[in-house]
Amino acid sequence: MSTLTPNNPNDNYLNHTKGIRSWLLTLDHKRIGIMYLICILLAFLMGGIFAMMIRFHLLTPEGTFMTQDQYNQAFTVHGAIMVFLVIIPAVPAALGNFVLPIMLGAKDVAFPKLNLFSWYLWIFGLVFFLIALGSGGIDTGWTFYTPYSIDKASSMGGVIPALIGTFILGFSSIFTGMNFIVTIHRLRPKGMTWFRMPLFLWATYATAIIQVLATPVIGITLLLLVVERTMGIGIFDPAMGGDPVLYQHFFWFYSHPAVYIMILPAMGIVSELISVHSHRHIFGYKFIAYSSIAIAMFGFLVWGHHMFTSGQSQLMNVIFSLITFSVSIPSAVKVFNWLATLYKGSIVLNTPMIYGLSFIFIFTIGGLTGLYCATLATDIHLHDSYFIVAHFHYVMMGSALIGFLGGIHHWWPKMTGKMYHEGWGQISSTMVFVGFNVTFFSQFMLGSKGMPRRYATYIEMPEFQVYHIWSTSGSVILALGFVICAIYLLHSCFCGKKAPANPWGGRSLEWQCTSPPPWDNFAEQPEVGDCYDYSVLEWNEEEQGYVWRADAKHPGEENV
Amino acid sequence: MSNTEHGHHESGLGHIVPVKFLAFICGILLFLTAVTVWVSRYDFTEINIAEMGIIMALAVATVKATIVGLYFMHLRWDRPFIAFIFVGSMLFVVLFIGIALTDSMAYQPEIIKGNTPKVTEALEKLQH
Repeated sequence: MSTLTPNNPNDNYLNHTKGIRSWLLTLDHKRIGIMYLICILLAFLMGGIFAMMIRFHLLTPEGTFMTQDQYNQAFTVHGAIMVFLVIIPAVPAALGNFVLPIMLGAKDVAFPKLNLFSWYLWIFGLVFFLIALGSGGIDTGWTFYTPYSIDKASSMGGVIPALIGTFILGFSSIFTGMNFIVTIHRLRPKGMTWFRMPLFLWATYATAIIQVLATPVIGITLLLLVVERTMGIGIFDPAMGGDPVLYQHFFWFYSHPAVYIMILPAMGIVSELISVHSHRHIFGYKFIAYSSIAIAMFGFLVWGHHMFTSGQSQLMNVIFSLITFSVSIPSAVKVFNWLATLYKGSIVLNTPMIYGLSFIFIFTIGGLTGLYCATLATDIHLHDSYFIVAHFHYVMMGSALIGFLGGIHHWWPKMTGKMYHEGWGQISSTMVFVGFNVTFFSQFMLGSKGMPRRYATYIEMPEFQVYHIWSTSGSVILALGFVICAIYLLHSCFCGKKAPANPWGGRSLEWQCTSPPPWDNFAEQPEVGDCYDYSVLEWNEEEQGYVWRADAKHPGEENV
Repeated sequence: MSNTEHGHHESGLGHIVPVKFLAFICGILLFLTAVTVWVSRYDFTEINIAEMGIIMALAVATVKATIVGLYFMHLRWDRPFIAFIFVGSMLFVVLFIGIALTDSMAYQPEIIKGNTPKVTEALEKLQH
């Protein structure tokens, strides 16, 4: 059979049980994924408002409407929300929770109660961030660098609630990672060997390893910071014989692998998008799978490249610079394999594919500019300039977030059972791509010409105003693109066309169940085959989706 | 659930360690804790190795951690792969602490000697 239908075709995870309690106490990974998605998108709105405040403030050299203290708070809160509340949990918690068990062929994750607990921890983390905003604010930067963050006289009063919030969010991340590792190890159905798993699962697995290994370090670091700030012990305070650079080692040992937590699952999504929407078998499956694990491992060895100008020893500078060059290799392996997949494929330029192609373009720029940052001689000049801001926005926002959006669009029909308006999707994705590049490419120029980051004014450097105006204009286009996206996605929930089980012609297991999926994912054990072989599918006009070809063998029959 | 060969499978709970045995292990750990406290108070300068206290304390801590890992965390009766994962994560700890401390030691010669005003003020208060 082409689609595994539940006993009651109208029953799905959205209407199986009703009422707010059935959502707040759910153990269904799909509902938990949807709750994460809604909350993360709301946090993204909050962080985005601060971003627009920053961009509008920088339209004039003397600053448009904020004081210097307010500006410090704006970039701190923007960074902290976007990093800890949005980008780190976005793909693993929102999309991973929804898609991973179904794609694997399982009924749920290994620890459903822990999954719900992870979501509540995210909520508690958010609450503490809101408390931080209300109890004096934070102006330390999202990195909470010492000695400023431990100086109660200088820094604002919301530092400790923010640190506690981040600590709690870290545990949400750890538990999610643990859940995914056990799920992938123990709940694979018969026939789903490691090398039959879709690449999104490989990417999620590698991400989960990083989450479990690295996040406890930031937990302890932030606890030490709280102790230092409240009891003045002197671990990081140089006035008391402590070492502020040691804080940076502690912080970046987690925060560099954290950027791979952000990017790896997005890369996994792109592997799916490129393959499905060009109807071509992924090129170099094993290379992409192994590169995910390689990125996860290498990512632990390069944290010192954030500290080249901090006073770190020359020996460590050289070692970290060398290893940082090598960490770009597995990422490049992925990019070349995606390009090879596209070659001679039947490319459909729909919204998910536009996001996938945008990712490749933007990530290439972000990755290549990382090499300038990895080179000691150039990083001396580029560090703490807008070049760095542009670089990390290219890889984190332009790549991870665009991958996230691509995944939302790709799995939206599956999650909601509705199709969004494709025309508006293409317009919005194009606006996001154009707006993003206008916003942040001008920042590369700003940084290379010498504009420092985290500066509220640039009165002494009025020649930079034109670049800031370009950047702000781009941010307006970007914001409009997001607004349009939100409108048509919300509209589709109420008025969208009914989605077929397989609108895009995917071969992974989530496309074998109905849209939306039934409560327990599969009425029968799904058949596991090659998840990138599209030759067995054909378009069905009546269903407006892809179905199994009548003459094609099912996975169990392939060897008969 | 661990894939152990020594489990009490009829109960479906996996391998169960008798409470008396766990209490015995706890006793060993408490004894080693007492050893650590004694080491912290003993003056090792008589044997010309002032750092012996730290070396012994860390050695005792390593033994205790190994005992906890083997018996309380069930690695003694579990698949070798689980122990491999545990040791692997310890290697990450070594990597992290090792590189951070190596860096700290490497830039010590560049640190400006002397006390900061805050420390000077605190020392003067103590003297008075």
